Amino acid sequence: MTQRDGTRGGPVSGRTFRDLSIKVSALARVEGEGGLQVVVRDGQVTDARLDIYEPPRFFEALLRGRRLTEVPDITSRICGICPIAYQMSACQAIEDACGAVIPTPILDLRRLIYCGEWIESHALHIYLLHAPDFLGYESGLDMAQHRPDLLQRGLRLKKAGNRLMEVIGGRAVHPVNVRVGGFYRAPDRRDLDGLRAGLDQARQDALHTVRWVAGFAFPDFSQDYQFVSLRHPADYPITVGRVVSSRGLDIEVREYDQHFTEVQVPHSTALHSLLHGSGTYLAGPMARYSLNAGLLPTTVRDAAHAAGLGESCTNPFRSIIVRAIETLYACEEAIRLIDAYEPPEPAWVEVPPRAGTGYGATEAPRGLLFHRYQINADGTVAAATIIPPTSQNQRVIESDLRAFVEDRLELPHDRLTWQCEQAVRNYDPCISCSTHFLNLTVERS
Amino acid sequence: MTAPEPAARRVLVIGIGNTYRGDDAVGLAVAEWIRAAAPPDVTVVRHEGEPISLLEEWDEARDVYLVDAVSSDGEPGNVYRFDTATEPLAARLRPRGTHALGVADTIELARALGRLPRRLVSYGIEGRCFAHGASLSPPVREAVAVVSERLLAELTPGRPPAVAG
Repeated sequence: MTQRDGTRGGPVSGRTFRDLSIKVSALARVEGEGGLQVVVRDGQVTDARLDIYEPPRFFEALLRGRRLTEVPDITSRICGICPIAYQMSACQAIEDACGAVIPTPILDLRRLIYCGEWIESHALHIYLLHAPDFLGYESGLDMAQHRPDLLQRGLRLKKAGNRLMEVIGGRAVHPVNVRVGGFYRAPDRRDLDGLRAGLDQARQDALHTVRWVAGFAFPDFSQDYQFVSLRHPADYPITVGRVVSSRGLDIEVREYDQHFTEVQVPHSTALHSLLHGSGTYLAGPMARYSLNAGLLPTTVRDAAHAAGLGESCTNPFRSIIVRAIETLYACEEAIRLIDAYEPPEPAWVEVPPRAGTGYGATEAPRGLLFHRYQINADGTVAAATIIPPTSQNQRVIESDLRAFVEDRLELPHDRLTWQCEQAVRNYDPCISCSTHFLNLTVERS
Repeated sequence: MTAPEPAARRVLVIGIGNTYRGDDAVGLAVAEWIRAAAPPDVTVVRHEGEPISLLEEWDEARDVYLVDAVSSDGEPGNVYRFDTATEPLAARLRPRGTHALGVADTIELARALGRLPRRLVSYGIEGRCFAHGASLSPPVREAVAVVSERLLAELTPGRPPAVAG
């Protein structure tokens, strides 16, 4: 397939040109408010835009002047689906600024609660938002009415993730037990042992999910992506690692600014993020998997191969399989961490403030989540920068749309519109995080 | 289902809303009122409306009362009551929400999955202002007492129904 650079399409000789415009002014089954617009003139896609019109939320400005201890609780409010990601990137960046060293048992507990978030977020997207696209259901609710058995499985899986977040975090939405330096209180062994049976069931449910989604019919749409994710020498990346790309980038998180730039575009209240020298890149499950598949345990890798995944995944429609694989991994990893768990003593370490700038990056369910804080000597925040995964993926979503529509101009308008929406949902965009809702306009002039 | 009902949480009041979004917080305000005055066997929960955890909240309950803000064409402060265990919530009165599933969808999801409680009553309060950082608008603030007293009358056999409303 010809690789498109996101700027021009090309007419195909012998084809009757058709001008078209696809417009979806409010995208369904995404988190937040936004739209989508594709314009085709003389057989060429002249515009492909992901419009994000949800009002900006000014979190970065709101953080200025607040005490560093308040940052995890404030940033967790950015998203009800992935609050842990915000808390973890924030803690890491603040601890980096203050030069704190966090003991391994606390880091393990962070990884464990993060597994809960991966399970609940991926299960939500697979079962309620994405699978209906492949099975021809209008919505997760429509699917529930026809296949309640599938939804029950998805909800059971999601619940296992939510339970982990509740037991460790105090509650599933906007957990309250996370603090700079660790946790206010470490759960007892007994509390975590109580989750074991639910996670065993979740592992089975995740394995069935992998097999189920592997059987879907996927459009033939592979692209030459530049993947960006964290990489850790030993573990599949969740809470820690260097920032790497499929084209040779390999940097410390604190070097992020030197390689990535945020730019403003008129049609989005979320900033676009670019990698110097190569521009558009893709973050998220496909990137993580393609850059780190070798770090998955054999059981998970075997499941991936049986599901038809190779060492990388370049068809975004197949990202649903990658999410299922990551869900299976998160269940196995959570079980491993629980079996080895000893409550960290103490549950948190002091993080004395000092003036400086700190950097944090973790793998939110939707991809790399970068935080940078400049801290004053008195422990207040002087400046904050938060770069969520959906911001980073906006460009790649637009270039996917452009390439996808160019090869499918013959499709009836309603079918093309629907597939374009599906192409956006491949990325599980969380517009609430990146600012915030989505609409599709395919304009055929 | 023949599993025994857990004694705790058989009667559950769930106030839904976001403290930081003006009249959206009305469900939470009602929950606080009920918490202060409800009979001891009533469990009161504050909830942000995330659909799946909402459904899980009522999994173990027998009687569930939901209280949420709605955004339709009605007068701010109007109060609606639906017996949602027997009929779907009218589309025009679906509680406000832009995420993947709203509260009304959650009820329908529960119905499809056979996970509705025996009794599910939804109170909706018409809101006016859902702006970030706003507080309850005056007509909605007045409705808090009306809904709370009406709900308390439902929860407390023998308690006289509120006159207002």
